[in-house]
Amino acid sequence: MGTYIIRRLLQSILVLLGVTFLVYFILFQTGDPTFLSVSTDATQQEVERVRHQLGFDQPWYVQYAEFLGGAVRGNFGTSLRQGLPVTGLVLERMPATLELALAALAISLLVAFPVGILAATRRNTRLDQLAMLGAVLGQSAPTFFVGIMLLFIFGGMLNWFPIGGRGQTGPVDEARHLILPAITLGTFSMARNARLIRSSMLETLGLEYVTVAWAKGLGETAVVLRHALRNALIPVITVIGLDFGALLGGAIITETVFAWPGVGNLVVKAIGQKDFPVVVGCVTMLAVVFITLNVVIDVLYGYLDPRIRRA
Amino acid sequence: MSATVVVVPLPLPAVQTGRRRKRARLLAMLLARPSTLVALGILLLVIFCGLFAPLIAPHAARAGNVIDSKLPPAWLPQGDARFLLGTDELGRDILSRVLFGAQISLTVGFTAVVLAGAVGITLGLVAGYFRGIVDDVVMRLADIQLALPQILMAIAILAVLGPGLRNVVLTLAITTWVTYARVVRGEVLSVREKDFVQAARAIGAGHLPIMLRHILPNVLASVIVIASFAVAQTILAEAALSFLGLSVGPDVPTWGGMVAAGRDQIITGQWWIYTFPGLSIVLTVLGVNLIGDWLRDYFDPRLKV
Repeated sequence: MGTYIIRRLLQSILVLLGVTFLVYFILFQTGDPTFLSVSTDATQQEVERVRHQLGFDQPWYVQYAEFLGGAVRGNFGTSLRQGLPVTGLVLERMPATLELALAALAISLLVAFPVGILAATRRNTRLDQLAMLGAVLGQSAPTFFVGIMLLFIFGGMLNWFPIGGRGQTGPVDEARHLILPAITLGTFSMARNARLIRSSMLETLGLEYVTVAWAKGLGETAVVLRHALRNALIPVITVIGLDFGALLGGAIITETVFAWPGVGNLVVKAIGQKDFPVVVGCVTMLAVVFITLNVVIDVLYGYLDPRIRRA
Repeated sequence: MSATVVVVPLPLPAVQTGRRRKRARLLAMLLARPSTLVALGILLLVIFCGLFAPLIAPHAARAGNVIDSKLPPAWLPQGDARFLLGTDELGRDILSRVLFGAQISLTVGFTAVVLAGAVGITLGLVAGYFRGIVDDVVMRLADIQLALPQILMAIAILAVLGPGLRNVVLTLAITTWVTYARVVRGEVLSVREKDFVQAARAIGAGHLPIMLRHILPNVLASVIVIASFAVAQTILAEAALSFLGLSVGPDVPTWGGMVAAGRDQIITGQWWIYTFPGLSIVLTVLGVNLIGDWLRDYFDPRLKV
């Protein structure tokens, strides 16, 4: 198990290096961002001085190496627009994004598990058909449209929830601000997980050991929840890892719709303003979160299924 | 939806060719599942709208009169019979813009998938067939891309390339080829060890003929299934980019862009500005997804995409 974890960690570091290189390479093509840091009436000499000072006159590989050197020490440079350290800007917003993504994941699983299990045990009934129709619909609706419809119905029309931002005044206010964005972000994965849990359950429900459990005279709850569900969990856990990536990506859209002060909102604004260091910082730190989570999931997976870690 | 396939045994004539039997099975599965017929209907309707938008749209999509600003749909009290689905804040006809919006969603959805498929299949074939260093390079590249949320990468690339139809297609292809490459590679790894491939190699067939004539046909089924779901994903991704104002440019009507424009009207209550384009996306993607479900069950009921 120890070597397995170490091998996965080394792999992740390589991937992370690749990610930063890729993003750096893409954004390097946007051109010289020096003019963002100087006033419009700056002389040519001043522009040159700032360019040199910020290191933009260096070849890209030198800039990349310097970026890496800083990044391993947690220093992602300074925002060209706000003049503040990037690390602080991103870390300040990371909790909001993680809170949103975790709430979305929780809502998604809380709905997907009962729906998926019920649909599988009541296969081909009206309930099953209705649940799966709902799931396909959920997979077909764009995140931003779900968000806007929720805002229109529950924010604008019924006035039950605030129409944007993050709560400031205690847990009740925070929950009221969180609920619509979390449902919005969770819809897609909720739909996909419900379908996945259903088909995974159908598979295990047909296995012999489940038939044995029935034959022993166990009740439905015991057979379904204690015997079948355990094995049905394995594929679901892998997907939850992938889900988290989709959630972090979807958070970019959701945060824009709800003016949620997270990393997604920051990165969209930074791209619009060509604030190069902020973009690279956001992307790298989001990738770190995602990769770390996947290592954790892989280790968990290896723990659940010993065949994996020997491969 | 999925896995609720009831295969209706059709009365088949005793002797028939393999191809005809295949077609009969396809038809039987189609009839057994009304949802697929509905999906086909939706998709044909959307394609029709996109193709003939210039002919059937009652108004110009890009021009409007501010006097007609924010009129509700025709059946509501303040509605105007000239504008069936109402008008937006600039007085442009929602129906006409929805019809033209179909063009962008479909064009981007299908071309990006074809492009990504071509690249992904080629790389997957080569990686799985030759293995070794090519395989390592392609798969590590895939790992790197999978560590970034697709939309984030698309935003970054589009920020560099700038808006425009070609750039959007290119961006979405760059961000989605990995799925094909991984699946094709995985299947090639097992197919290349099969007896018929060994036999072809034994009689002296070259690498390219083996890959194209013996291996490719055996991985095509999975590719078709993945591609059908990828069309849905790509239409959604384009809509998201349009929503962020990063897609084909502000002048071209897109469903995502229309929803974004309506965002400011949530408080003021002009729901039709964003609801109709939004529903168009949902309906189109639903149609594509249902067809994907059917294709998956047809080709391989065990596949879980």
